[in-house]
Amino acid sequence: MTDITSKTAFELASLIQSKQASSVEITTAFLDRMEKLNSKTNSYLHIDRENSLAQAKLADQQLAAGTTSSTLHGVPIAVKDNLTTTDAPTTSGSKILEGWVPPYDATVVAKLRQASMPILGKTNLDEFAMGSSTEFSAYGPSKNPWDLERIPGGSGGGSSSAVAGHLAPIAIGSDTGGSIRYPAAVTGSVGAKPTYGAVSRYGLIALASSLDQIGPVSNNVLDAAMLQDTIAGHDPHDSTSLPNSLGSMVEAVKNADVAGLRVGVVKQLSSDGFQSGVKKCFDDTVAKLTAAGAEVIEVDCPSFEYAVAAYYLILPAEASSNLAKFDSVRFGLRSMPEGNPTIERVMAATREKGFGPEVKRRIILGTYALSSGYYDAYYGSAQKVRTLIQRDLAAAFEKVDVLITPTAPTTAFKIGEKVADPLAMYLNDIATIPANLAGIPGMSVPNGLAEEDGLPSGVQILAPAMKDDQMYRAASIIESLYLAQWGAPLISQVPNLEVL
Amino acid sequence: MSEITPDLVRHLASLARILVTDQEVEQLAGELGVIVDSVAMVNQAVSGDVEATSHPIPMANVYREDVILPSLTQEQALSGAPESADGRFKVNAILDED
Repeated sequence: MTDITSKTAFELASLIQSKQASSVEITTAFLDRMEKLNSKTNSYLHIDRENSLAQAKLADQQLAAGTTSSTLHGVPIAVKDNLTTTDAPTTSGSKILEGWVPPYDATVVAKLRQASMPILGKTNLDEFAMGSSTEFSAYGPSKNPWDLERIPGGSGGGSSSAVAGHLAPIAIGSDTGGSIRYPAAVTGSVGAKPTYGAVSRYGLIALASSLDQIGPVSNNVLDAAMLQDTIAGHDPHDSTSLPNSLGSMVEAVKNADVAGLRVGVVKQLSSDGFQSGVKKCFDDTVAKLTAAGAEVIEVDCPSFEYAVAAYYLILPAEASSNLAKFDSVRFGLRSMPEGNPTIERVMAATREKGFGPEVKRRIILGTYALSSGYYDAYYGSAQKVRTLIQRDLAAAFEKVDVLITPTAPTTAFKIGEKVADPLAMYLNDIATIPANLAGIPGMSVPNGLAEEDGLPSGVQILAPAMKDDQMYRAASIIESLYLAQWGAPLISQVPNLEVL
Repeated sequence: MSEITPDLVRHLASLARILVTDQEVEQLAGELGVIVDSVAMVNQAVSGDVEATSHPIPMANVYREDVILPSLTQEQALSGAPESADGRFKVNAILDED
């Protein structure tokens, strides 16, 4: 049954629909592989054999009775561990939540259950999604299936390594500054951050509420589109969720045609600071699009130079407020100092013990950015930069349908290489951050292996807010241009984990 | 250079309710100084009357019907609490004993 685990979610759904394979058989194949190989990749913090098999059995019974819940009916899925699940612990990669089983399901989790998709387990992440390598997970880093000594990206490195290593056919991620797209790029998989509000954030343990968005991680564009269609939609529990549907991403993929496509190359994100092999892959994407008949022009987004700086003020500010809820009272850890301490001393001791170094750093930075006397100079200015980025993007999207950039400045780096240098770590997200600040959709698709190190590179596609379908259209076109060259998806070249 | 002194870090950590050791204070002061110096460039980006964006997709006055819907039971709400008593969260004294 090893063949099962290398199939796409679309193929698995077809096998289930045509009764060539059952959801139980497929889910079992993945669970067996996970139990054998998770010690190598550390993709999962929790593997849920019992519940996922029960869900798979139910999916098979529904199908036998003639009921299909969704286009992905019976296809198992991995879920990032910052989404609440009533039947599995939810840690968000932190010691402060170790062993916590939430009393409610995230809306996205509820939608997966309604879609009859068995949840295989909960995937690793940097603590509270703060990081781009998973090295800040309190439960150890995940490993990149292309090279187990390298990072799988972050914060969603558990989901990206699971999908790239075929420990899940498809997964859920969350993206605050690139946590879906960056891991996708460095593992040769596909990841999409929908328009802000397209997917409900209810039950997502908030990092920065004005930036967070949930989205799909997959090994091809169609699977991502199917999953986005499954999880999107208004949710009364999330007042920031969009009231209107953005339409069908699957239709956008199926009808993708290069004729008339206008593509902008962002001047500020196409030259300096990118590894030469990554730059070469990107230039190749531009050449392929041009040869296929797309109109490609350069566009200027000068405010992007300030995006990382603005992000590292806005994110810590919002995070310092969001993480105030971890106070030793309602859930999670309580650390009791000696004697008869007041509640405030208990809180301070608990947060000292429960939070890791990056979380403390960002909470204290955010507290600084929001404190009186500094607010206008830092947080206030950062919010104005956000406006400038939106203006630059609006001007660019008057001329083009989508923008493209390399997703990540480099291929996957070695575990430990950047962990002691916060600023170097922050620059991994240089190309992905503007989409979060502006609320627009962004997606990463593989565009080759860098010549220096043979590791995957990704191209990022950005589209105007609410125009996720334009993003999927361009992503599908780029994917098919590469498939025509390669004959098989890049992910088929991932080394065999069983012999590593 | 920024003005992130060890005393400021100690103050910020106490505002954020995080106990810090002297060693952590020293390290954080250095790291945060570098970060703050770097992000301070946002000041150069904005001049004149640029309005602030706090939310990426403009939305205002999002209401719902004022009706009671199913919600967590008291038992569910307390299920993750480190300590509870009589259907409530139990905590240590709020005020100092002396």
